[in-house]
Amino acid sequence: MAAVPEPPAAQSEAPASAAASAPSLASVSVSIPVPIPVPVPVPVPALAATPSPTPSPTPVPTPSPTPTPAPGPGPAPSPAPSPSSTPSPTLVPKVEPNESPAENHKPGPVPAPAAGPGPAPSPELPDKQTLLAVLQFLKKNHFKEAEEILRKEANLQESLDESLLRAAGQRGSDSVHQPDVSSVLSAYSNEGDPSLYEEYYTGLKGFIETALDAFKAELSTLLYPVFVHLYLELVYNEHEREARHFFHKYHGDQEGYYHDDLRVLAGLSKKEHMQGNETVLDFRTSKFVLRISRDSYQCLKRHLQERHNNQIWNIVQEHLFIDVFDGMPRSKQQIEVTSGGMAGEAKREANKTKVFFGLLKEPEIELPLDDEDEEGENEEGKPKKKKPKKDSLGAKSKKQDPNAPPQNRIPLPELKDSDKLDKIMIMKEATKRVKLGPDCLPSICFYTFLNAYQGLTAVDFTDDSSLIAGGFADSTVRVWSVTPKKLRSVKGATDLSLIDKESEDVLERIMDEKTACEFKMLLGHGGPVYGTSFSPDRNYLLSSSEDGTVRLWSLQTFTCLVGYKGHNYPVWDTQFSPYGYYFISGGHDRVARLWVTDHYQPLRIFSGHLSDVTCTRFHPNSNYVVTGSADRTIRLWDVLNGNCVRILTGHKGPIHSLVFSPNGRYLASGATDGRILLWDIGHGLLVGELKGHTDTVYALKFSRDGEILASGSMDHTVKMWDTVKAFEDLETDDFSTATGHINLPDNSQELLLGSYMTKSTPVIGLHFTRRNLLLAAGAYNPQ
Amino acid sequence: MAEEKKLKISNTLLPTESMKVIAESIGIAQLSEETCQSLTEEVSYRIKELAQDALKYMHHGKRKKLTTVDIDCALKLKNVEPLYGFHAQEFIPFRYASGGGRELHFYEEKEVDLSDIINTPLPRVPLDVCLKAHWLSIEGVQPAIPENPPPAPKEQQKVESTEPLKVIKPGQEEEGQAKGKGQGAAATDGKGKDKKKSLLDGGVMKLKPRTTHELSVEQQLYYKEITEACVGSCEAKRAEALQSIATDPGLYQMLPRFSTFISEGVRVNVVQNNLALLIYLMRMVKALMDNPTLYLEKYLHELIPAVVTCIVSRQLCLRPDVDNHWALRDFAARLMAQICKNFSTTTNNIQSRITKTFTKSWLDDKTPWTTRYGCIAGLAELGHDVIKTLIIQRLQIEGERIRTVLEGPVVSNIDKIGADHVQSLLLKHCAPVVAKIRSPPDNQESYKTDYGYLGPMLCTHVVKARAQAAMQAQQVNRTTLTITQPRPTLTISQSPQTSRAPSIIKVPSSITLPMQTLVSARPSTPTQPSPPATKFIMMSSASGSSSTQQVITLRTTPCGTGSTSPVTTTVASIQPIVKLVSTSQTAPSSTVTGSTQKYIVVSLPSASESKAQSSNNSLQQHSPK
Repeated sequence: MAAVPEPPAAQSEAPASAAASAPSLASVSVSIPVPIPVPVPVPVPALAATPSPTPSPTPVPTPSPTPTPAPGPGPAPSPAPSPSSTPSPTLVPKVEPNESPAENHKPGPVPAPAAGPGPAPSPELPDKQTLLAVLQFLKKNHFKEAEEILRKEANLQESLDESLLRAAGQRGSDSVHQPDVSSVLSAYSNEGDPSLYEEYYTGLKGFIETALDAFKAELSTLLYPVFVHLYLELVYNEHEREARHFFHKYHGDQEGYYHDDLRVLAGLSKKEHMQGNETVLDFRTSKFVLRISRDSYQCLKRHLQERHNNQIWNIVQEHLFIDVFDGMPRSKQQIEVTSGGMAGEAKREANKTKVFFGLLKEPEIELPLDDEDEEGENEEGKPKKKKPKKDSLGAKSKKQDPNAPPQNRIPLPELKDSDKLDKIMIMKEATKRVKLGPDCLPSICFYTFLNAYQGLTAVDFTDDSSLIAGGFADSTVRVWSVTPKKLRSVKGATDLSLIDKESEDVLERIMDEKTACEFKMLLGHGGPVYGTSFSPDRNYLLSSSEDGTVRLWSLQTFTCLVGYKGHNYPVWDTQFSPYGYYFISGGHDRVARLWVTDHYQPLRIFSGHLSDVTCTRFHPNSNYVVTGSADRTIRLWDVLNGNCVRILTGHKGPIHSLVFSPNGRYLASGATDGRILLWDIGHGLLVGELKGHTDTVYALKFSRDGEILASGSMDHTVKMWDTVKAFEDLETDDFSTATGHINLPDNSQELLLGSYMTKSTPVIGLHFTRRNLLLAAGAYNPQ
Repeated sequence: MAEEKKLKISNTLLPTESMKVIAESIGIAQLSEETCQSLTEEVSYRIKELAQDALKYMHHGKRKKLTTVDIDCALKLKNVEPLYGFHAQEFIPFRYASGGGRELHFYEEKEVDLSDIINTPLPRVPLDVCLKAHWLSIEGVQPAIPENPPPAPKEQQKVESTEPLKVIKPGQEEEGQAKGKGQGAAATDGKGKDKKKSLLDGGVMKLKPRTTHELSVEQQLYYKEITEACVGSCEAKRAEALQSIATDPGLYQMLPRFSTFISEGVRVNVVQNNLALLIYLMRMVKALMDNPTLYLEKYLHELIPAVVTCIVSRQLCLRPDVDNHWALRDFAARLMAQICKNFSTTTNNIQSRITKTFTKSWLDDKTPWTTRYGCIAGLAELGHDVIKTLIIQRLQIEGERIRTVLEGPVVSNIDKIGADHVQSLLLKHCAPVVAKIRSPPDNQESYKTDYGYLGPMLCTHVVKARAQAAMQAQQVNRTTLTITQPRPTLTISQSPQTSRAPSIIKVPSSITLPMQTLVSARPSTPTQPSPPATKFIMMSSASGSSSTQQVITLRTTPCGTGSTSPVTTTVASIQPIVKLVSTSQTAPSSTVTGSTQKYIVVSLPSASESKAQSSNNSLQQHSPK
């Protein structure tokens, strides 16, 4: 299979796209001042590679010759964070710990002036330490260039990322850089009497309990981070017994959604454990963000001053980011809806950047063609069908959405002839689309995978619903044709050379009839396949696997074309851009990577999540990607500059499904807690909550016009939700963006349009056909 | 959230002994306590870490069970070589052993002979993955096809039928909210109204999804087969059909049809006095009630009239003097009691309405004896409280009425039989209750003053009931307790049906044959897969094992009066019953002429499990005469 030569058809297509995009790609990386993460080796060659060595435009037919992206010595490159996108503690004007609280409250409440990545003003002692540690690390690993640059920059700018070190620590397979990590942890060394810790905590708890009701809810959010940090300090200072006692006495106070993290922390009993523990490093290196009103903050400050409670004050200063806002304190419910993230809520300014959530203008070429076809095809239904079509299409193509990004904000591949034909098909189908609503629910066709003993782990449908791909735990990917058209691969090279290339039906002739069958198996991965995605033109299939690779398969030859190596750990999800060419992947190494098919190294690395990136999706306009993570947050990233433009908190469990509404304005997300949250991308706000599932929501999909959201879950049900109604109230409401006081109506029952149970099949894939028939998929699981 | 908060996280550690054992197993003999301690801490921590990582793999593998493969992957993540040879698909069959105060779970590894493995033929190749499509929903309605789960579990049916308002509640709340919002946001009036309207519409629409439901072809076939079998002539088929109704989970959609079938069937057959068919239909009701997946509330408006008809109808058979329509009335009365017990709520008030209906027609002087019997039976089955408050109060009047018929000038034979049956029924049901409410010294005279004509007979019954109760208490303490609970009475009520129904069904017109069928059917019933048989076995598990024995012995000597054949351990319980039967046989025969029905009453010590059996006995004994 490996030695199959490239068939001419594939070749003629692949270079075409490559040729079209290669120069444009160059323009991406050249024109955009990507904040090059200095100490990170991987992105540098990746971006540099564009003009120079490897524009191997033809995808390499076999995975083996693919140059590995030089994973660097040791684990350092994988979690490579770009400083601008991480919630780096240095973004915040830091408070000198030795200043008296009275003076230093100011920088806290006043939000950082620069919304974007601003250099922190004052160099400090602990930062210097880390800086030294990093330099040491670089030196040790012979990253000379990076080291030099760092040295140069360190004098000018202090924006050094501690998370780099965290990264270094968490992948600590080799012990060389262990000392560096401990230097990071050393911030915990400010010794206090271990027996007093309990008193500190109860003191704070008592204060909160006696506080005014208005403040109580806000202040009680403080308990969890303080609890964690007190505990970690105890562990770090090797007061094992006290730590354990402290933990067991008070962990019951904490909210249920923190229990996953607490369970991890509970296992810690020794200082040594802390060094390799990711959760600890998350807490240590990222500040826990709390949003409280000015009044509550004053109240807290006064209390801490009165008590001279330095220990708590230190924690608040060092490990917490208190985002103070003016106005009414929030109620318990209001806090509840957005809490749950591993590192607290999102800072307000994190969601201030403008997001172009509108759709790109559709190319207009096909309209006349379409008309013609329409006329030829149907005689009687002409007047009826013409009208809506002109309305919908005309409006779309003429008016530019004010929220849409400029057409050429990121370079997109040019349309091929086959794409245009496909577009015409889409429009034709669209005219026959069923208008859905509460009175007109879609039919659901359920594709059950039978005998899937090895475990079905991923499912994807092509946009035209002709193919289904399944990823299995036994490392295979299988592609089924669900139309009568069977899957055929292209003939071998010798046979191909005999074909008359001028003939009309050359595309038909190159196909090998002997290979026609209903499904094809793709072998190549070395571990369970966790993500599959078809390219929009149905020529390629992506799959991501536990073996750390993303593979690109040709659906012409049914062979692997490229293995993209970069994630050294399991890749949980991958998806093609709606325009093709780009794709995104995210994995256990906590980063999401943006790739293009003709480069073996990623173009962008989106780093900032505090835990595994569990799912990745492209925005319909391809300018943004959204990632969900096991740290219970969702982040929206700008493809153009790699910045994180939205951080959405509110889920209480790892996120396992994401989907954008077809108009690009809303996002729906599902998590292990069985809830589905609806987000307004433009404002970065939580706008709805759909409760009903009792287990992880693995599949979400909006209908073609966005009126209905379908959700599929481990609880064996497909549910349908009325999104028109869910979003209806929002249009009239003016958003309280400034405060983030979100009052969610509890109307899940009302929005639920239908719930359909399967016999014993968890629903892990959903898809709306172009005519709004809902397809669902899952593997039958005999009990 | 409160529940989650209770969740306790404990930091468990492996015992240090394990470390020692493992160390020894790899040849490290002396391991200091301190080393063990730190080892166990370290190992526990690592294992927890692994488990947490493995959980991630489980989630991404879209599974609910953690498998060994997940652990392997987690190990791989830590750069540790996975454990080979632990690829159990479902679970690891740990075995448990304890001893010497220690508990141990271990993985049993048998030694395997390689040649055995080589010589065994290859297992069948598992089927390959395949894709199968079906309609999960068609325009919002889930079709009832084998690929879809049986619709609507019982709880949901119950909620739907008992709390129909619950569905629209959120809508109503929302309406209020929308109103408030409309005002607050200073929305235009028109818009506010629109909103309200749409919400109202939505609510109404949700309340009544007016879809005409069509049965699938398979369901239609099933319906046809079942209904035909239920009223057909083949008893074996009927038993199968009834069992299907009583156990199949997917009948929810056919319930309305069954309900209509029964109600129409009763309507027609009452007019035609077709006793057999009425019995068959009642058995269908019973089977429907027994089905654990069906909730009949919605169909009671059809079922209750049908059942009540079978209880109180003036005439149920063509020859009321010969046919045993009394059994049908008893059976239907028990069904009614069960319906009341299962479905009576404060909103539908079934029990009180039924009670009123029965009482009203009972009080009416013109009521014929048949209906009278039905009313009393219906009331009596509703429980001791009802007997106490309604029946015992009227014993005197009723006794007088019976006396006029039985001892007065000769009236129609039918009336006489009717009065006779009513009398035995009253005695049967009242005795245990009277036994409870009166204190021991049972005096014929005082009974006579209190209860009139029936007094003396009642007195003897009460004495026996007491003796029986005492016996039962001796035998099993539990029985006295369970008597007061509704459940045992339920099982009791079922058991007579098992014995009577077949007897009647076989040859409904004769009275002598039932005995034979009974006798012959008895041993065969347990072997039959019919639901009555299972019921019977269940019942006998409590204390009836002795009773079954009893029946069998009676069968061998059908007319044996003193067939004292005590069997094995439960001698105590058997003998009294037999004794009772024999004595009662003599007693009533002297007082009452002709009517051997007394046996039933006499042999009923209390509402215990033996009742059913003893009534059979009496039937048997009486009939050959």
